[in-house]
Amino acid sequence: MASHAHEPQVTVVPPDKAKIFHLWKVAGILLAVTILEFIVAFTIGHGAFKTAIFIVMTIVKAAYIVGEFMHLKHEVKILMWSILIPMIFVVWMLVAFVYEGMAISAVR
Amino acid sequence: MASNTSSVTVPAPGKSIWDGGVSPMGASYGKLMMWFFLLSDAFTFSGLLITYGLVRSAHPAYTGEVENFIFSTTYWPVPEKVFDAIPFFHGLEAPLVFVGLMTFILIMSSVTMVLAVEAGHRMDRKAVEKWMLWTIVGGLTFLGCQAWEWTHFIVGTDTPTLVKDMVNGQSITKEVFGANLAINQYGPQTFANFFFFITGFHGFHVFSGVLLNFLIYYNTVTGVYDRRGHYEMVEKVGLYWHFVDLVWVFVFTFFYLV
Repeated sequence: MASHAHEPQVTVVPPDKAKIFHLWKVAGILLAVTILEFIVAFTIGHGAFKTAIFIVMTIVKAAYIVGEFMHLKHEVKILMWSILIPMIFVVWMLVAFVYEGMAISAVR
Repeated sequence: MASNTSSVTVPAPGKSIWDGGVSPMGASYGKLMMWFFLLSDAFTFSGLLITYGLVRSAHPAYTGEVENFIFSTTYWPVPEKVFDAIPFFHGLEAPLVFVGLMTFILIMSSVTMVLAVEAGHRMDRKAVEKWMLWTIVGGLTFLGCQAWEWTHFIVGTDTPTLVKDMVNGQSITKEVFGANLAINQYGPQTFANFFFFITGFHGFHVFSGVLLNFLIYYNTVTGVYDRRGHYEMVEKVGLYWHFVDLVWVFVFTFFYLV
């Protein structure tokens, strides 16, 4: 087994308990919000109010995934805004398209 | 260079950070390009989901009580009435339970992925191997669930729906079980088409994510990243995997819940 001479010397850093606990905490929040979504799905009647609750909860989950799991919250601010600001177009597209859909529905 | 910290290198005196030689965004080229790819992919998925919103709001909604809901092509279906089956319990009504399980599986595989990234920062090969393997298992389980869900959707319910169809230029009404891209028992045809396209496109992302995860796992086991001196590839593929989870969060809300 002479080939092991080329194996690099790797120093393994011991895990940071607080950091790992934080990751599990974020996971717990995501699961809790999903369970809440379930409760809302079967207790509140269909309508704009219910949709609004779901949108808020989805944005909360998205913020935790992107901010903590994808680490974007802790990146350089200019990187964070380069990713987030273009999302304005999505919001605009959503408003425009749903409005248009309702107009089509009214004409039918 | 492993980019554990996202700090901007200080430029030489008299130079701005944009004059070259430093990373103004504090991320490597590969990581940056992964971010911008994900941004473009987010637009693609937004296009699909928002178009679903347009078509849905252009159709009449079901106005009666949810308990009395029956399938009809004249109004948009209530999703919890379409997706109410779970494997091995034929006939049992369990609205959204199976989709909820799929959401749980994907969130858990996102957690194991982030733990693999964390282990990579510490150069802990054994831990990276362990968490990558769990992530792959999660991804495959999700794909299996989706295969079942598609099969169920295509095969249909026990009782058929009467659907108007054109045969040889004649308009006829016939009994229809299940759905495909040409006919649909659950509601307007576009409902089935959006189901196949949105969950299909997401499922394809999960599939390619599992392949990438396996590649990373293989490279970890064979010691490629130890020799390279950093585990940044785990981080880049991790970004992709979290994005797939993120998309599912939106699909779950806008396709299954609302």
